[in-house]
Amino acid sequence: MLDFVQQLVSGIALGCVYGLIALGFVLVYKATEVVNFAQGDLMMLGGFFAFTFIGMLGLNYWLGFAGAVICMALFGMLAERVVVRPILGYPQFSIIMATIGLGYFLRSIAGMIWGTDDLKIDTPFSQGVLRIGSLVLAHDKLSVIAATVILCGLLYLFFNRTTLGTAMRASSENMLAAYYMGIPVKRVVSIVWAISAAVATAAGVLLAPITFIHSNVGLVLGLKAFPAAVLGGFGSIPGAVVGGVLIGVIESMAGFYLPQGWKDVAPYLVLLVVLLLKPEGLFGVHTRKKV
Amino acid sequence: MRFLFKTDYEDDIRLMPHSGYLVTYGVLLALLAVAPFVLSSYIMSQLVFVCIYATVGVGLMILTGFTGQASLGHAAFLAIGAYTAAFLQQYNVPFPVYFLAAGLLTGVVGALVGFPALRLQGIYLVIATISFAFIVEEILARWESVTHGNEGMRVKTMQVFGMAISRDSPTFYFLCLGFLILTIVGTLNLLRSPTGRAFVAIRDSETAARSMGINVSLYKVKSFAISAAITGFAGCLFAHKLSFISPEMFTLLLSIEFIIVILIGGSFSLHGAVLGAIFLVMIDPLLTYLKDDLPGMIAGVASTFGAGKESASQIQDKAAAIASANGLKGAIYGLIIVLFVLFEPLGLYGRWLKIKLFFQLFPLYKRATFKRQKIYVKSERNR
Repeated sequence: MLDFVQQLVSGIALGCVYGLIALGFVLVYKATEVVNFAQGDLMMLGGFFAFTFIGMLGLNYWLGFAGAVICMALFGMLAERVVVRPILGYPQFSIIMATIGLGYFLRSIAGMIWGTDDLKIDTPFSQGVLRIGSLVLAHDKLSVIAATVILCGLLYLFFNRTTLGTAMRASSENMLAAYYMGIPVKRVVSIVWAISAAVATAAGVLLAPITFIHSNVGLVLGLKAFPAAVLGGFGSIPGAVVGGVLIGVIESMAGFYLPQGWKDVAPYLVLLVVLLLKPEGLFGVHTRKKV
Repeated sequence: MRFLFKTDYEDDIRLMPHSGYLVTYGVLLALLAVAPFVLSSYIMSQLVFVCIYATVGVGLMILTGFTGQASLGHAAFLAIGAYTAAFLQQYNVPFPVYFLAAGLLTGVVGALVGFPALRLQGIYLVIATISFAFIVEEILARWESVTHGNEGMRVKTMQVFGMAISRDSPTFYFLCLGFLILTIVGTLNLLRSPTGRAFVAIRDSETAARSMGINVSLYKVKSFAISAAITGFAGCLFAHKLSFISPEMFTLLLSIEFIIVILIGGSFSLHGAVLGAIFLVMIDPLLTYLKDDLPGMIAGVASTFGAGKESASQIQDKAAAIASANGLKGAIYGLIIVLFVLFEPLGLYGRWLKIKLFFQLFPLYKRATFKRQKIYVKSERNR
């Protein structure tokens, strides 16, 4: 029983990581109907920025964290301006390809600048564990869970309660109509990219003690976070986190109870089954076709 | 400019609309036939890869370009073809038999993937095909009694009717080229048949296709099966060319490479698959060549513009350091994809058509001829 609970908790922690990255996917998708395959790589880049500020320049952890988030938010806007804006409105597939290309590019450039070794950031959460009875929980994992819950709540409120959030949802529905209603669609899209890059950076920095930072971390985790977003139903913020947690728990349970090799496949198998039964994901909205 | 006067339906669907085609393709075929006797063995080896990639490209084109179903899982189909061939070869099955088996088995798997894909669209389909490819990759790594796991499998030299065809011989090149031509002609014929037109109708609008009485599910599964089968055949040739296969060759990156092939070539015409394959395979030798020679050239340019001898050599060293940095290839790949999507969405073949039209209409060419419509409304996007 204890094993089970321990696996469950570590699965949830892992899942929150996927959920955090998936949040970035969902944000961009919700506001612009663009699928950003470079989301994982934005996370990786955020981690490297934080490493530069904290590890190389020796700044305070929180200061370095904030610096990395601001830099990456600006970078997100830049990426949107250069790569995405010219092709908004074209078929989804060309945008997917553009972001895949962007991801390739960022991965290689980061590898060239920061090298291909595993880098580590010293964080206040690196050491220390919380003991509840005989259950052992590491602080770094708890910090990820807490951050996910907070960010998810904030973003949910942002999208549903603020004017800017409503404007974002409107421009996702119909960019042209939103523009006619006086919503500065271009700026809205730009802000969404900044927010999603900032969320990705938060994920990257929180992950640094768990997975380390290297140039391929974005690809590896991004490919796990993507099913999480799909499982939750692309475009639903709570869905992304629930999907992430599901994927994380399935992965850690499969790793513990099933023979070797199932760990990596199980999330995808579950995803395929869910897509078969409910093609729009668990929390997705079924859209009617217009003829 | 030549005006074709079409008087009946046969004229409209002719593979060679006028005699000019016969001349151009005849010359191209003659050039390809003499290539092994002129070009170096390295370039010939690359040409074989061009043929294989182009075959996969044609297969993917049927699915993505003409039926409109995106797939990022074609590396898995290639792997199934390659592994079927390698497995059957161990039991001394003759080449024609396992070649056919590789294609047919992959086609069946493709149809099986096609069924779940019926309900999915857009990014859901993309992620489903990615998942499928991951599962296949994992099976290849774990099913050790058949695939030898991560150790990989050796593929012996091809034996056709008692004749050994080594992977570097001109005969192997002709075999790959022949199969590519067969695939292209077969696909062209498919596309002018009712099946092919049904594919295109599904791509353009599923709803409209359905209302015209097309069985959308049936044709989607058919498209998946045909596309997978072609890729499976290519997989068999791929295994022979590499002479060694292991699961880590068939990753997502390979699937992305196949998508790049049709994206760069232009995903609305079979020409695109071939042009894209040439581009993707030949960029490797080109980059190697640039890596060796470009730093010297840059330094030469710098010294002509008045840089001193020392600073010129410094510039050369710096350029060489950048050129030999790890991962530069990946960066260039990424840049190429982004630039093509942004500035040349119709691909290399689209550029060729634009140039052709420019000269045909000489003073009257309008750029807007090739402009695509942008859609900003969600309900119209998810057709």
